[in-house]
Amino acid sequence: MPLLEVKNLDVRFAVRGGDLKALRGISFTLDKGERLGLVGESGAGKSVAAFSILNLIARPGYIAGGQILFEGKDLAAMSERELRKIRGNRIAMIFQDPMMTLNPVLTIGTQMVEAILAHRKISKKAAREIALEKLRKVYIPSPEKRLDQYPHELSGGMRQRVIIAIALLLDPEIIIADEPTTALDVTIQAEIMDLLLELCEQENVALMLITHDLGVVSQVTQRMLVMYSGRIIEQGSTKEIINDAQHPYTQGLINALPQMGEPGGRLFQIPGSMPSLKNVPTGCPFNPRCKFATEQCKREMPQYVRSGNVDVACYEVSNLIEQEKRMQEAES
Amino acid sequence: MLAFLVQRISQALLVMFVISVIAFSIQDNLGDPLQEMVGMSVSEEEREKLRDELGLNDPFVVQYLRFAGNALQGDLGNSYFYGKPTVDVILENLPATLELVIGATLIIVLFSVPIGVYAAIRPQAWLSKFFMGVSTVGISIPVFLTAIVLIQLFSIGVTVTLFPEDTGWGSWLNGALSTNGGLPSYGRGDELTHLFGTWESGFFSQDGLLHLLLPAISLASIMLPLFIRLIRAEMMEVLQSDYIRYARAKGLAAPRINFLHALKNTMLPVITVGGVQIGIMVAYTILTETVFQWPGVGLMFLEAITRSDIPLIVAYLMVVGLIFVITNTLVDLIYGLVNPTVKLTGKKA
Amino acid sequence: MTTATLSRWDRFRDSFFWYSFKRDKVAIASFLVLMLMVFAAVFAPLLAPTDPYDLTQIDIMNSELPPVGLSGSDAAFPLGTDAQGRDLLSTILYGTRVSLMIGFGAVVLQAALGILFGLLAGYLGGRVDAILMRIADVQLSFSTLMVAIIVGAVVKATFGSLMFGEIAIYMLIFIIGVSEWPQIARTVRASVLAEKKKEYVDAAKVMGFGTPRIMFRHILPNTLSPIFVIATVQIANAIISEAALSFLGLGMPETQPSLGSLIKSGFDYIQSGSWWITLIPGLVLVVLVLVINLLGDWLRDVMNPRLYKG
Repeated sequence: MPLLEVKNLDVRFAVRGGDLKALRGISFTLDKGERLGLVGESGAGKSVAAFSILNLIARPGYIAGGQILFEGKDLAAMSERELRKIRGNRIAMIFQDPMMTLNPVLTIGTQMVEAILAHRKISKKAAREIALEKLRKVYIPSPEKRLDQYPHELSGGMRQRVIIAIALLLDPEIIIADEPTTALDVTIQAEIMDLLLELCEQENVALMLITHDLGVVSQVTQRMLVMYSGRIIEQGSTKEIINDAQHPYTQGLINALPQMGEPGGRLFQIPGSMPSLKNVPTGCPFNPRCKFATEQCKREMPQYVRSGNVDVACYEVSNLIEQEKRMQEAES
Repeated sequence: MLAFLVQRISQALLVMFVISVIAFSIQDNLGDPLQEMVGMSVSEEEREKLRDELGLNDPFVVQYLRFAGNALQGDLGNSYFYGKPTVDVILENLPATLELVIGATLIIVLFSVPIGVYAAIRPQAWLSKFFMGVSTVGISIPVFLTAIVLIQLFSIGVTVTLFPEDTGWGSWLNGALSTNGGLPSYGRGDELTHLFGTWESGFFSQDGLLHLLLPAISLASIMLPLFIRLIRAEMMEVLQSDYIRYARAKGLAAPRINFLHALKNTMLPVITVGGVQIGIMVAYTILTETVFQWPGVGLMFLEAITRSDIPLIVAYLMVVGLIFVITNTLVDLIYGLVNPTVKLTGKKA
Repeated sequence: MTTATLSRWDRFRDSFFWYSFKRDKVAIASFLVLMLMVFAAVFAPLLAPTDPYDLTQIDIMNSELPPVGLSGSDAAFPLGTDAQGRDLLSTILYGTRVSLMIGFGAVVLQAALGILFGLLAGYLGGRVDAILMRIADVQLSFSTLMVAIIVGAVVKATFGSLMFGEIAIYMLIFIIGVSEWPQIARTVRASVLAEKKKEYVDAAKVMGFGTPRIMFRHILPNTLSPIFVIATVQIANAIISEAALSFLGLGMPETQPSLGSLIKSGFDYIQSGSWWITLIPGLVLVVLVLVINLLGDWLRDVMNPRLYKG
């Protein structure tokens, strides 16, 4: 049994004039100690997916269907009370912008200690000791001093280290990190990513990493999901997808990377832009931008087909696989 | 810390300077000290001589400097009506006004915070909608009218005979809608406790507190709707923020999130706006004190206007100006102390 | 000519403004009540059963009669009479007229001052801005009511009570207008600062238009919607200020009463049980202010201008 199994998750936003479908039947798994990447353009539903796991989607968003099985128990059906025992304790989160994540009027110490005391019945002093130990783990200099400081007294990189330390406080099974380095200076992005990777390996924590940076995904994760317009269009081994993407959209994403282009040449662009939630096209959501799109693509959402260790939802790919099969049959 | 202090205090001094110039021009144009000193029986020549001796013919600037110099020594002239230093008259009346403002502030804080927070946490609840509706209506009711209605209801009393008295429900409704009245609506009562100097306090006797009740509620009624709306709006904005969502992601219980994480951030802007409003309440004491004949500086000021007691009017302006300036400066300083992102001390705030 | 007005009417009917008005029951109700009150006030001389200013129509024997429905009432005086025997309905109609006149007049004056000073401060910036806004700050921190009371006291001391009575309406418009201009000036300044950065202002400068022309012909029209919203709320505030001043005896004399002075004169009789003399004009005042405030709230929601916070 996987540690976390998301089945057919539907998330909607209740707005005037009907619901907007932010996630449409997404399914994936996460094993113990595994590192999973979640990529896609902004607006694809990556963050919604991340926040819906702990049922933290902001109103008017709500989970409309599906299951989120954590150790076999459905988080989507849990009461707020039961969920609270899991939040921060078994599953921790790292948010995008460390400037906005820490409460500006409370000291680092308060915000760390309260996280421990929300889940463990220990003394404040013991909680402080744990906080200190974790701050040392994320290589924060003079941690005793930091505990009494306010967030604004720390640099952005330092704050994100604090957030990582908070994520580790209760030795969770899973850390969900929503673009943990996007808001930081380029120079410290790699530092923070390396730290996160190192700690996850060391503590054997599963990591769900949301990012739009394919480079980071290929360095850090073992498996990845590619999202487009509220759906997973391709998922599987990171190595295989990066080296040989099947879905035209994933191919476009990889070709758009600067290192893929000729020096001095123009960067590749996927024509058009992702549809807004208000007018999602029928069939495959990518069809208006896809050069392989057929009538079939406009009618129906393609099913997943397996190619190596990768699942892809694309008629073009499934047709190619069929062809190959037929050719092999014909040969033999 | 020092730079912050110096900046605030120099600002306060500038405002005080402006106020004193205005106050002095009023005195210079309207007050005629001779009238009070010698009456009508003195000839024009002698008046002119007296004017020269008193320095009333000196240039404006010279006279102003004399006025300001005296003011700094606590001398704002003598009241025409009371025939004693205006500062003494004000000091005798000030405690009553301060107690009224303190009482009203307590009521405001006690009610606006829980109601505002509740309305922010449960914006859809009928009780929240009720409170917001009441506060919209409340903003539209002038303070003296609230006072009059309170007097009618709780001092004079209302006997309702609208429903048939011979039926059970009718007499019950009549009884439920009628009020007894009986609360004092005039002055501060006799049971005052001497504290120090000119401070006679009504806080320490039941009678004193009962006398304070209706005036304080009236005065509070003008600011309460404003505070409820302000706290609700700020709190709702804070609840949308990332750090609140993060606090939930840490698995904290709702009370801790709402009352520590959110409320502390809500109170920062509320302190700035609110502090200034408390200062402004001094202006409304004039109305409240008039309705309840509350022997404070507001009533004194109004009487001074009807008696054309110019020195007392001017002294009141100076003192109230000073109170405004002090509250505004204090609010700034408190804000700096509470908000860790304002560097007051250079080290730990 | 006809087509032009027609198309303007069509445009209005298609506008978001009209659409959201139609959907908002509170706004419609407030508007109707306000129109009713304005109508009654404007036509008070025709509608009122008696002329409260005419001493020959008053009989002291009729004093302190309660409203119809209470024992001892007289059908000739539906809302009862005051202490001098004046018909309360008539005095309220005339009083509403006075209150509305002062409210509108004061807002016109403060809008004129506020727009002028706000434009100057926002467009010229620098020292002009610093001085004007400092004055506005000081005035606001003193509260507009306090400033109005002080100005009222000074004016009254200068002119004397009798003289003041005759010109009271103009004096009150002056007092309230002068003490409340900072609200509008700040709003105008804020939107001027936003507008100033836009290209059309640069374009106008490049074309060589003079500063006054740019300020009034180019920038001002683009700042009108926040001014409109704040002016609506300010009418309500001006009416309350007038009532407060009159209640303190610094406003309209009893011979030519506004709602505020009606409340004041009735207050003296509340202890003797004649609550209607003070509470009925009070209720009218509250309804008037409330509907204007509700319309202001609605306007703010529709136009959603960036109002100056605090």
